Amino acid sequence: MIEIVSATRCVECDICVKVCPANVFDATDNGVPVIARHEDCQTCFLCEIYCPTDALYVAEFAEGPTGITEAQADARQLFGSYARGLGWKRGKAGGSEFDPTHRIRVAQ
Amino acid sequence: MPKPQKSVSDRLHLQADVLVLGGGPSAAWAAVAAAESGAKVVLADKGYLGTSGATAPSNTGTWCVPPGDNRHAVVERRWQRTGELADPRWMLRCVDTAYRNLLRLSEWGYPFPSEDDGRLYIANLRGPDYMRFMRRRVLLAGVTVLDHHPALELLSDGDAIVGAAGVVRQIGQDWRVDANAVVLATGGCAFRERILGATGLTGDGYLMAAEAGASLSGMEFTGKYTLAPYGSSLNKGLPFRWASFHREDGSPILGPTGEPLRNGIGDREEEVARALIVGPVYARLDQAEPALQGWLRQGQPNCFVPYDRAGIDPFSELFRITLRAEGTVRGTGGINIVSDDCATGVPGLYVAGDAASREMMTGAVSGGGAVNSSWALASGWWAGKGASTHAQRRTGKAFRSAVQSLGQAGLHPASSASADISAGEVIEAVRSEVTPLDKNFFRTGEGLEKSGERLESVWRDVRDHLQGEGLDRVRTREAASIAAAGRWSVAAALHRTESRGMHRRTDLPGKSPAFAHRLVITGVDAFRIAGAPERLAELAS
Ligand SMILES: Cc1cc2nc3c(=O)[nH]c(=O)nc-3n(C[C@H](O)[C@H](O)[C@H](O)COP(=O)(O)OP(=O)(O)OC[C@H]3O[C@@H](n4cnc5c(N)ncnc54)[C@H](O)[C@@H]3O)c2cc1C
Ligand code: SF4
Ligand code: SF4
Repeated sequence: MIEIVSATRCVECDICVKVCPANVFDATDNGVPVIARHEDCQTCFLCEIYCPTDALYVAEFAEGPTGITEAQADARQLFGSYARGLGWKRGKAGGSEFDPTHRIRVAQ
Repeated sequence: MPKPQKSVSDRLHLQADVLVLGGGPSAAWAAVAAAESGAKVVLADKGYLGTSGATAPSNTGTWCVPPGDNRHAVVERRWQRTGELADPRWMLRCVDTAYRNLLRLSEWGYPFPSEDDGRLYIANLRGPDYMRFMRRRVLLAGVTVLDHHPALELLSDGDAIVGAAGVVRQIGQDWRVDANAVVLATGGCAFRERILGATGLTGDGYLMAAEAGASLSGMEFTGKYTLAPYGSSLNKGLPFRWASFHREDGSPILGPTGEPLRNGIGDREEEVARALIVGPVYARLDQAEPALQGWLRQGQPNCFVPYDRAGIDPFSELFRITLRAEGTVRGTGGINIVSDDCATGVPGLYVAGDAASREMMTGAVSGGGAVNSSWALASGWWAGKGASTHAQRRTGKAFRSAVQSLGQAGLHPASSASADISAGEVIEAVRSEVTPLDKNFFRTGEGLEKSGERLESVWRDVRDHLQGEGLDRVRTREAASIAAAGRWSVAAALHRTESRGMHRRTDLPGKSPAFAHRLVITGVDAFRIAGAPERLAELAS
């Protein structure tokens, strides 16, 4: 589930508030968005890839918080790791032209 | 462009020719198709068009069959696997239309990958990219997109569906759209299982359609589960095609031939399910050789997010797994379609994608993995065209101000609202009947009877007492929809006294010729189940 909104990385653009399909975040008057409805998070990782500054971290466990801290996620270079896997950068789409899934389907 | 007007109650009030409810691929294609036919289109999604629904977080393979002579043979081969409930005519027209829309995507510039010979490979659509691209196409087509606008109920003028109403969930204001036709593209019902894309997939469209008088079909086919790393949302089976499976004590899980299982997907989910009922199961993706490991990582990056974040190398280390229930998302049930333009039989109401029954396409087996995404591409297109044709015929008729709101359970309880019943409890009660492997993957008459009685009592409480105010109505309505879907599913499963595809009755193994037809459910509170044997006549011809 979503666990970290990094105040040091966030530029307060509120894109995550807009794009989260489960409406998990609330914008704040002058600050970073807050995780307002944690229970509704569907662990889809999409907020991470839309965030222009890799300020969000969604942990792998879908049933509740893991308690991972920003320092831990940072040390393991986990911020932005899903976006890098896809080829998305700074919130912009990219990389689908290099998707080798057709090779997997042949092997299947 | 429709102009917003503030009505007396200060709610958002729009008028359109066609209103599309949903924000996944079928909604996007319906909106584009209707707009291309000249209709004024409004699309209202519970989430955000581009990220919501089952496709956006995934990577979907399509059923891509280029035109040519062997098309009939390909369809025939697939039909053989559908438990005799699919309809080759629908399968053929679906692959045709889906192929045309895949070509359209490539003409629009969607960044498909290339094969070694340089030709574009158009049979696979990477979810986040595809849905972001579709959002742009929908906006370019002139559609008014309303994100975070869940629909709560349909509106009727007594003769036809003339719009829908809901709530703007980030503001708390009500909305209403008057429209000459409505497309339900609200997806399936995942019974609140924590799978990719499922938060919003609560079967709202089924309840709305049934309240309007439409029928449902195939609701018994909710026995599809997919492997995932334990506790994760990653219900993607593909990597488990190359895995071994072990019990807590390290002993391997054996396949039907007595050999250790080396492939855990498709029919082999059965062995894993049996083991999971007894105790924890572990897997290792040790059947994938190095080249394949690289393709899996690069082609299915989200499958590896749980391992990477948990610090596991899934190719060399054992990790705990689970089977995630998928309701009708990878099941096949949904709203019954009565004509080629995806009409529901209720004037003005059309249906597309997972909201519709996919039995004509995939019968009693799951359409996940290829058929469902092609179905979304094709049915969205037909429903959008059908709705805009219907809307054109109605043009000129003034919208009547005295419309009737059709929503009942979760909105307008039959008896007094009660504080003792909460949406969360309703959902948990339904989940405990329709998600456990020993109740729903493997089914028995006795078990289904018991589940049926419990769900009946849950439903009575919902019908009589569940009500929300303001934004809470989204939750109460979701709970009511989940309760209705669970109740229909168990009732249909009890009715089908045989085993077929993902409907596994351990007390009645094997198909019965008497059930080589679909089961159609009509009604909400008092519903009836009838066979649809006309499909057989179509198959024979
Ligand atoms: C993990 C996963 C992998 C998959 N992989 C494949 C694959 O490889 N191949 C394949 O063919 N299929 C696959 N599928 C199935 C495929 O994703 C679906 O068939 C497809 O997404 C259906 O599209 P849809 O538009 O009908 O529904 P969805 O994409 O589910 O969208 C439904 C939409 O309805 C909206 N909605 C719901 N209720 C309301 C309401 N009350 N008001 C307004 N809007 C509402 C939701 O917000 C959502 O936007 C997969 C599914 C999953 C879960
Ligand atoms: S999208 Fe990223 S940068 Fe923008 S508000 Fe959210 S966390 Fe901050
Ligand atoms: S992971 Fe998905 S559901 Fe959870 S906060 Fe991010 S976008 Fe929203």
